Amino acid sequence: MPDSTRKTRVNKSLLSDRFEKPIEWLIKICGWSSLAALTAILIFILKGAGPMISKINWVEFFTSTKWVPSPGTGNEPHYGILAMLVGTLSTTALALLISVPLGLAAAVYISEFATGKVKEFLKVLLELLAAIPSIVWGFIGLMVLAPLIQNWFGVQQGRNLLNGGIVLGLMSVPLIVSLSEDALRAVPDAYREAALALGASKWEIVFRVLFPAARNGLLAAVMLGLGRAIGETMAALLATGHANQIPSAITDPVRTITATIAAEMGEAPKNSDHYHVLFILGLVLFVITGVVNVVADLVIKGTKKHV
Amino acid sequence: MTHPLNPFAATRYEARKARTTIMAKWGTALACLMLIAPVLWILAYIFHHAWPAFSLDYFLLNPSDKGKAGGLWGPLIGSFYLVICSLCVAVPVGVLSGIYLNEYAKENWITRAIGVGVTSLAGVPSIVHALFGLGAFVLGLLPLINRFIDDPLQRMHAGLLTASLTIAVMELPLIITSTREALSSVPKTFREACWNLGASKWQTIRTIVLPNSLGGILTGIILSVSRAAGETAPILFTGAAFSLYVPETFPEKLAPYAVSEPFLAMAYHLKIIMAEISGMPEHMKFGCAAAMILLILSVNSLSIALRMKLRNAKKW
Repeated sequence: MPDSTRKTRVNKSLLSDRFEKPIEWLIKICGWSSLAALTAILIFILKGAGPMISKINWVEFFTSTKWVPSPGTGNEPHYGILAMLVGTLSTTALALLISVPLGLAAAVYISEFATGKVKEFLKVLLELLAAIPSIVWGFIGLMVLAPLIQNWFGVQQGRNLLNGGIVLGLMSVPLIVSLSEDALRAVPDAYREAALALGASKWEIVFRVLFPAARNGLLAAVMLGLGRAIGETMAALLATGHANQIPSAITDPVRTITATIAAEMGEAPKNSDHYHVLFILGLVLFVITGVVNVVADLVIKGTKKHV
Repeated sequence: MTHPLNPFAATRYEARKARTTIMAKWGTALACLMLIAPVLWILAYIFHHAWPAFSLDYFLLNPSDKGKAGGLWGPLIGSFYLVICSLCVAVPVGVLSGIYLNEYAKENWITRAIGVGVTSLAGVPSIVHALFGLGAFVLGLLPLINRFIDDPLQRMHAGLLTASLTIAVMELPLIITSTREALSSVPKTFREACWNLGASKWQTIRTIVLPNSLGGILTGIILSVSRAAGETAPILFTGAAFSLYVPETFPEKLAPYAVSEPFLAMAYHLKIIMAEISGMPEHMKFGCAAAMILLILSVNSLSIALRMKLRNAKKW
């Protein structure tokens, strides 16, 4: 009798072994969740883009800068994303120009020079920086950087390519630093010791030994930073000025693909052509960031095989 | 080329080497400073301008007059419920998925494909998640549910439910990755010892692996809390609202939103008051941004503190 009471008490737990089979099934189903989510995203984006995929003039789409998604009655709509594509790529390029050199240098400092408390402090600080949400970065671009840029460059519009580049650069730095630091730390100490024994200075170790050895990891860090900068939405919307033009100067306002979707989806009537075209923009983004991320992933896998 | 009097003096080559090392050290330290100093300055600037807005009422009253007066209670509690509801979906699925990848999956191309899926999902831009949420939940799931509701007044709208589902999908990769890492840091010998006692696979996971990796999983969950609270784009079209009546009386104030109705959220509130309302007082804009930063940083500090405590307490 005491035996059976004990048994029932143990089995009351939801996690008890009676449920082993169903739970294992549940685990296996959940294991697929990421792939399922990814597929569902692709399906629903394609479904949203729906009729416009065949209706749209793809040559105009990629080569025209004319974006007139909801014209007045009697006028033709124009869907040309060249200016946005240039806007996205130029802000991203500027962001990487800022974040890659600084990020790599910071990663070298943290991994090779800093010790003890300083190292710990810097890593925690970078982690906190990485946590600042994109809307706050947008706020920084709009309320802090824009007035500064207006003063320093004497331009009318402080929300421009430069502002967007700085904001996106600062945003992608923590990611680049932490991934590059991982890559540098993954280089075996034997490499450093061998170089040291041959009489190399720390500088030479970093440039001639660590960088070549960690090449793939560093490249992947840069690519993931790139992916993050391309896909960034709220900060880009608020910091770039949102003007659909090909920039001729660094202080020209630009417009990104992400910002266009965020700004116009609220106003596009459901199932209108405009609505479907915005889903096509989403599809373009999905493909670009997907390629960047998969390439970065393959590059990282490459390192693991070689080192 | 040694020094005539001091045979141990550095040669010109050695001196150059020492110089470049010092330059490398301070040059890279300068890079760190150049990254951190502007951000700290910006944060100080924001908090300086936000200071006039801060008071107890600012956090406990609802926004009034289009956010120009009042406080942040409505958006704060809205973000809280958004995070809780999204975790209710993302944590079970994410943790189980992490368990699958670390404990059950074999080393084959399917597992690798799932791994690539996790990283790719993490790289999907937030605005694409927003489009997905709009297409799948607001325009797909809700009409499906509403078909079974006869009373037009009872029908569901885009709101907490749709927004949390959208956010939950975004949280998945972070929770899966951190669970997987936490599980893989439990030594293999622990499992083997348990199997040798006759425990089944699930018994081993439940009694040995999970308790020993709970801290690591928790760190990942806390991180995804701060991510979820900060996301703006995914809730733009899936249920966040700006002008909304929120009860000011006490018991209703704690749970002001129904799952099927629009809600206020910090990120969306900040977006609207900084860019779209004219005549917004500066201190209200900065106050909201500062409150948001405080919220995110305190949640993240919690996660960092937990991780450090765990690292020091680790027994193996």
